[in-house]
Amino acid sequence: MTVQELPGAGASHRPTPPPAWRPRTDAAPLLPDAEPYRVLGTPAADRLDPALMRRCYAELVRGRRYNAQATALTKQGRLAVYPSTVGQEACEIAAAMVLEDQDWLFPSYRDTLAAVARGLDPVQALTLLRGDWHTGYDPREHRIAPLSTPLATQLPHAVGLAHAARLRGDEVVALAMVGDGGTSEGDFHEALNFAAVWQAPVVFLVQNNGFAISVPLAKQTAAPTLAHKAVGYGMPGRLVDGNDVAAMHEVLTEAVRRARAGGGPTLIEAVTYRMEAHTNADDATRYRGDAEVEAWKAHDPVDLLERELTSRGILDEAGIQEARDAAETMAAALREGMNADPVLDPMDLFAHVYAEQTDRLREQAALLRAELDAEGDA
Amino acid sequence: MTTVAAKAAGTGAKPATMAQALTRAMRDAMAEDPTVHVMGEDVGTLGGVFRITDGLAKEFGEDRCTDTPLAEAGILGAAVGMAMYGLRPVVEMQFDAFAYPAFEQLLSHVAKMRNRTRGAMPLPITIRVPYGGGIGGVEHHCDSSEAYYVATPGLHVVTPATVEDAYGLLRASIASDDPVVFLEPKRLYWSKADWSPQAPAAVPGIGKALVRRTGTSATLITYGPSLPVCLEAAEAAREEGWDLEVVDLRSLVPFDEETVVASVRRTGRAVVVHEAAGFGGPGAEIAARVTERCFHHLEAPVLRVTGFDIPYPPPMLEKHHLPGVDRILDAVARLQWEN
Ligand SMILES: Cc1ncc(C[n+]2csc(CCOP(=O)(O)OP(=O)(O)O)c2C)c(N)n1
Repeated sequence: MTVQELPGAGASHRPTPPPAWRPRTDAAPLLPDAEPYRVLGTPAADRLDPALMRRCYAELVRGRRYNAQATALTKQGRLAVYPSTVGQEACEIAAAMVLEDQDWLFPSYRDTLAAVARGLDPVQALTLLRGDWHTGYDPREHRIAPLSTPLATQLPHAVGLAHAARLRGDEVVALAMVGDGGTSEGDFHEALNFAAVWQAPVVFLVQNNGFAISVPLAKQTAAPTLAHKAVGYGMPGRLVDGNDVAAMHEVLTEAVRRARAGGGPTLIEAVTYRMEAHTNADDATRYRGDAEVEAWKAHDPVDLLERELTSRGILDEAGIQEARDAAETMAAALREGMNADPVLDPMDLFAHVYAEQTDRLREQAALLRAELDAEGDA
Repeated sequence: MTTVAAKAAGTGAKPATMAQALTRAMRDAMAEDPTVHVMGEDVGTLGGVFRITDGLAKEFGEDRCTDTPLAEAGILGAAVGMAMYGLRPVVEMQFDAFAYPAFEQLLSHVAKMRNRTRGAMPLPITIRVPYGGGIGGVEHHCDSSEAYYVATPGLHVVTPATVEDAYGLLRASIASDDPVVFLEPKRLYWSKADWSPQAPAAVPGIGKALVRRTGTSATLITYGPSLPVCLEAAEAAREEGWDLEVVDLRSLVPFDEETVVASVRRTGRAVVVHEAAGFGGPGAEIAARVTERCFHHLEAPVLRVTGFDIPYPPPMLEKHHLPGVDRILDAVARLQWEN
């Protein structure tokens, strides 16, 4: 594929000149607030946009239902594994909602929901976890990079893509997601540094859900917050309540806007909680108590929004029911899609290793073909 | 089950899993030598995602069995410094493909420190890596990465295939004054044998292969997760009139040429079996060595049965990729070489 064939090519050719390097004399504007930014339940909620909030609500309800359905499919053996985002839906949903069509999402292995919220077919989004292929969709078509299993390794990709888009004069923003544990990886730090030096239009979204499998945040970092890490690289850090979808939407929108306008990257730490175990293979009772989980239940992202919107008369019973019905429809489609046994062609093993098949792979393909034929005859 | 129990009664041996033997090896090493430290992601409170370090933090404290930040380069790089100061770090890489961020430290420092310092600074580090497929894991959880390790001079590379070896080889690795990449065949973690932690059998250390089954018609040369497959193939081959010898390498570096060569000279035919991709895989080296040393004894070319030369496939297709009994038997049939 040539550069001209890339999606977005020719969309706009107004290269933003990179800003001249200047030493930062004042790091203070880069520092995050002391407390996570909140909108719901604060006076800031007065300026909520009712239509936007109703959309957020519908998406949250759908997201919760998606999590429940995917988890059920794991129990039925239809999915090999599912890393749930119950409790983290506000982060996933807001991340998808703030992006425009030409923007790119770089999800981690946990962020299936963000990909679905961006419009990816729920069944396609789950093929990695079902086990039929590593990535069940064309990243270019959806502008969603493959869900990254090796932690933080997708972050430099987001930087490179955003940088390339800017070099081409396209107003593309890349939003990259990573967990709290992932912020310890070298790739995280290299990505932040590149992004800041290049003033690349990237938004880094850290979902701090308290644990990296069993390891609590206190053993992951000694920084006051993960958002503080931004300052050393020369980009703003923002601390936000990850269960408050309105706050998430606002902070992400602002970061995306700034990136698009040539203002460079932002690191956002969303403080949230992983309500379920790391995956179905994990025993969370080994490393955390019920009390903590219970306390976070009172701060549920769906309930928070529902309470705010109903008390303000923005949402009524009918609206709630409508959201639930839509979620059920999605769940039914997902169930149906996943209950159909995937039809796989073992010869696909050799189809996508190289652009041009090698002799050696042709030989191995012939061996497998013969084995399959023999099985068929038997 | 009854026969196992009866057999166990006399020896004090009970059925134990490979996972239990590995845990016990670290426990005993830590109890005997205060310089042994275990570290990695989730190895403390959780006991590791495979529970191989279960109980170590409780028994020895968090300074001796440490949950590290999530950073493989940091883990191995820190282990280098700890070893430079006289400790014996045992680090866990959570899965095969997650060790790759640590390769800079491994290749540039761990493997070379003794050499760079003219012997002044050996690094007694054990790097435990659960590896290989056959467990239905999603991508990046099933790589057979041994070729990268064996291609790096300065590293020992060992891999147990039995419960006894899991204990014995891990003890030997921790005791080694050189860095050892200790590859754990994760699909054998729950394989069982009669084994007594009170009286662990003495097993040959690093660098010694073992004939697991004697035979006369051909030698299967293998290691780690492929050993049980080869033993099964050897049983199945009896029906075809083939009496196969099976050699378990146990240690890829150093490679026990003598045991392998002696076996192939006896049988005159050889097949190397492993899960890793064939091209540039360990089997290529072994086949070359065998050919060099046994040319006049060979009745047929040395064959290889390996994983295909493809990125590890998704779980639903892995059965087509992994070398199984049938593919091994087909290779054995091809050993009836008539030019
Ligand atoms: C490079 C790398 N090392 C280790 C792992 C194994 N692993 C998978 S998820 C996980 C914990 C991730 O924690 P965090 O980054 O906080 O994300 P969360 O799971 O909480 O969303 C680990 C250690 C991995 N996937 N990649």
